Parts: sequence; structure tokens; C-alpha cells
Amino acid sequence: MRFAARRLAQAIPLLFIVSVLVFALIHAAPGGPLSLYLDNPNVRPEDIARLRRAMGLDQPLGVQYVAWLGAFVRGDWGYSYADGRPVLARMLERLPPTLELVGVATLVAVGVSMVVGIAAALRRGADRAASVVAVAGLSIPVFWLGLVLQLLFSNALGWLPSSGRASFGGGGIADRLAHLVLPVTVLAVAHAAGWSRYLRGSMRLALAQPFANAARARGVTEGRIVLRHALRHALLPFATVVLLDASIMASGAVVTESVFAWPGIGSLFTEALAKRDYTVLMAFLMCASIAVVTLSFLADVAVHALDPRTRDQA
Amino acid sequence: MRRAVRPSRAVAIAVGVLVLLLIVAAVAPSIAPFAFDALDLANRRGPPSSLHWFGTDELGRDLLTRVLFGARVSLAVGLVSAAVSVAIGMTIGATAGWSGRWVDAVLMRITDAMLSIPRLPLLMIAAAILTPAVPLLIVLVGAAGWMETARVVRAEVQSIKANDFVTAARAVGATSSRVVLRHVLPGVLPTAAVATTLAVGRAILLESALSFFGVGVQPPTASWGNMLYQAQTTMSSEPWLGIFPGAFIFITVMCCNVVGTALTDRAAGVDRPA
Repeated sequence: MRFAARRLAQAIPLLFIVSVLVFALIHAAPGGPLSLYLDNPNVRPEDIARLRRAMGLDQPLGVQYVAWLGAFVRGDWGYSYADGRPVLARMLERLPPTLELVGVATLVAVGVSMVVGIAAALRRGADRAASVVAVAGLSIPVFWLGLVLQLLFSNALGWLPSSGRASFGGGGIADRLAHLVLPVTVLAVAHAAGWSRYLRGSMRLALAQPFANAARARGVTEGRIVLRHALRHALLPFATVVLLDASIMASGAVVTESVFAWPGIGSLFTEALAKRDYTVLMAFLMCASIAVVTLSFLADVAVHALDPRTRDQA
Repeated sequence: MRRAVRPSRAVAIAVGVLVLLLIVAAVAPSIAPFAFDALDLANRRGPPSSLHWFGTDELGRDLLTRVLFGARVSLAVGLVSAAVSVAIGMTIGATAGWSGRWVDAVLMRITDAMLSIPRLPLLMIAAAILTPAVPLLIVLVGAAGWMETARVVRAEVQSIKANDFVTAARAVGATSSRVVLRHVLPGVLPTAAVATTLAVGRAILLESALSFFGVGVQPPTASWGNMLYQAQTTMSSEPWLGIFPGAFIFITVMCCNVVGTALTDRAAGVDRPA
């Protein structure tokens, strides 16, 4: 508990710095957030002035920041420039598809990387092949992989739908699963590549530890040593790495959802970007960063709770 | 330990491909089969052929030519913004590691904060707001990628700082800046070299992603990323327009990562002879 409290005391100032950076970025626009209207001949200068006053943009930046942060913490995220609806409501309605996509992609990547990582730690041939595939997986541009898979499996072979979350008019479970296959593959590839390499490394270390030799000397079978002794040892740092990759997952989700027209928060972000819908963009960056900081907090606290060795230095 | 110091075949091939790409990009105007903006109106949207190896786009421009010219932009953005990243990262990391105390605390919290904001959306917003030309784009991509370098350089500086030769240099009266520049930073250079190689691949991916979303390199300048942006809508009827530029991004980033991984292993002492 004391550790969790201390770790929380680090996470909150971190989020403050994030909020300052996000706020500064949006207000770095020449002409401020209303700059889009400056070139529009249909918007008169006095309208812009009135909008600036109404939105508080004529206040000093410090005052604006405090007002924005206070409102954000209370759940008042402002209104979308594009359709005038509350930002919070717009984001909540786009959340379920994103959770579905990211959740399934994470599970797939964890599953694949565990099988590949363990095989690579044990067999030299598997290691060679896995390392080549992993470098490729980490290097392939996500959007290009998406386009090529669409071309191959949707246009050429016609096996899978190329975009969206379900066919027009709903569709059953099979239809939903078919729509998931390509986006999940694209989002999972880079993560499976990185995580399998990591697990291979920590499995190698674990198998070289004295406890693994001691188990061998006691006559424990090799399969049992791998799965019961070494894997338990390697699993905790592996889980930490998975949680710490949330930031990369968020970037990947933006690209994947855009390529596959997946109706989640990532597509909301690219739509908002095209319309310079600053309230949505700010809320997106804040939420994504809060998710990243929260997951890394959970990872640290979980490791502390589960691994007695990390408590000694405390 | 097991392997010789000689670089592996994969690394040799990767270096060879990168050098070849750099040469091709440098001499693109003289080896490209067509002029950059030459139109072949008889062969618009043409598939790859003996005349146009990579096919042509909707205006009849030769795709191979555009890929070669795009290489100049993509590689320049990748290399220079990696250099920017590493320069910022080394400055911040060395300052934090050398100064310690509150300077270290403040710089590392800013590093943590930057690492908490997802990189691509952050850059997309910055690029959308500032609508940068190529030089500013290079700075933006560089400014989004210094955090990893800052962390490793800080750790390295902290461990070098504890050495006797640093204490000796200070004892004979060398100023702080002289000790850092002459005694500490040379020890950090191998780490910085590794960081640069990996940063080049990352920067090329970031530039291509930004351009793919239409907020990076703007036409008429061609980069591999904005060629994909233009190809996206016609991918099903003219797949070659998307396949070739993307394949070049993929191959280039992969070669950078192969070299970077090999350098990382060597810096970690995996290949060091006893």
C-alpha cells in the first residue's frame, strides 16, 4: 500500500506535465485554435472576436490553462467544434469498438509471442526463424501492411471484409469475427514481434539460473522446468513490458482504425484532425496519456505485490 | 563469445542495401529513367511494363522515377531527424546524468511525460497545426524521438561519472564543461551510435505515417509516405502505386533495424572477444 501511494505520488505530477505539454501544443497554432476561420471569407472578423470572447480565448494563457484543466478533471471536456456535441459523449460512444479491437489484438499478440518466445528460447532453428520474422514485424509500416492485406484477402481473394466493424444491417457473430481478422492482425504484428523477442531473452536467462539446474538434478522433466519453473520466472517482466507498450498500441490503433474504417476512438481522432477539431484532439491526447500512465502504474504496483525481491530495496 | 567479431552476413547485406539506397538517392536525377514530372499521357495508370518498370500513376508519371526521387526526401528526413533526436537526447541525458539532484529530477520527469503521450497522434497534431515544410518537419520528427536516447545516455554518464579518471580530471582543476566534453561524452559515443541507427528507422516510419495521413511531406514534393497517401484510394485498381513505395519503406527500415540490433548486441558485449 505504501508503495502504491508513493508510486501514485509520482504519477500525478507526471500527468500535470502531460497536461501542460498538450495545452501548449494546441495553443502553439499561429492565430490560436480559431485559426481555421481566419482564412474563411464567410466568417467576419467581428464573429471571430465574439467567438474568442465566448470561448475564453481572450484570457491570459495561464488563466485558460487552469480553467481548462479544472473543467477537464470535472468531466467537462468542452464541445466538439465539428458538431457541437459534448466531447465526452462523442468519445464514450466510440470507445467500445476500440476496446474490442485493442483487447483482442493484445490477447492475440500475447498468445503468439508466448508460443514463439518459448520455442525460440529452446530451439536454435526456431530462434533463427523467429528473429528474422521479428525484425520484419518491427520494421513493416503498419498502414502499408493494412493496405497490402486488404488488397490480398479482400480484393484479390475475397475471403474477408476490407473495412468496418460489421456488414450493413448488423450481421451475426461470424460476420463480426470476420471483420476483426485483418485489423487485429495488423495491430498485433509489431507487438508480437517485440514481445516474443523479449520473452525469449528472459526465458534464456531463467533457464540458465541455478534453480533450473537444481530442478534438472532432481529429475524434473524438461517440459515441466520450462513451463512451471522458467516461465513463472519470466512471466512477470513479460507482463510489465506488455503493459508498458500501451503508448505504442495507442499509436497503432489510430493507424489501424483509419485504414480499416474501424468506428472507434482512433477514427474519431483522424476525423477530428481533418477538421482541426481541437477540443476532441486535446481530449484524445489526454485520455491516451492517462491510459498509458495508469497502465504503467498498475504494472509497477503489480510487480511490487507479486515479486518479493523488488520489496527489499524499498 | 561464440560468434566472431566479423559482422554477420545479414548485417553485411543490410549495410550494403543502405549504402546502395543512399547512392541511388544521391544520383537519382541522372539515373532515373524519366524526368521527375514527365507525363506519358498514352500510358496513364499503366501497370509495370518494360518501359515503366514500376508502372505509372493517374497522370502517366513514371513510378520508378518518383520512388527514386522520393528516396531523397524520405532518407534525408530519416537521417537528419535521427541526428536531431540524438543531439537533443544526448544534451538532455548528459545534463541530467552529470548534474544530478533537481536538474536530473526535472529533466527525467519531462522525459517520462513525453514518453507517456502516444508519439504518432502527438506528431500528427503538431504537423496539422504547424503545416510544416520539410525542414520544420525534420525538426518535429526529431523532437518527438529524443527520449529513449536521453535515458540511456543519462545512465551511461552516471556510470562514467563514478570513474577515477573523472575524479582525477576534476582534481587537476578541469572545469565541469571540459570534463563532460573531453572525458565523459567520448565514452557515450558508442551508445549514441546505436541510438542513431535505431532512430533513423523510427524517423522514416514516422515521416511516412505523417505523410500517409496527409500532414507530412506535401505534394508536389514526393516522399514514399505521401505516394502511399495518394495511392490509398486507388489501391484496388492500381495496386502497384501503393506496393512499391511501401516496400521501399519496409526494406529501408528493416536494414536500419538489423544494423541497430547488431550494434546493440555488440555494445552489450555479446560479440566482444575475450
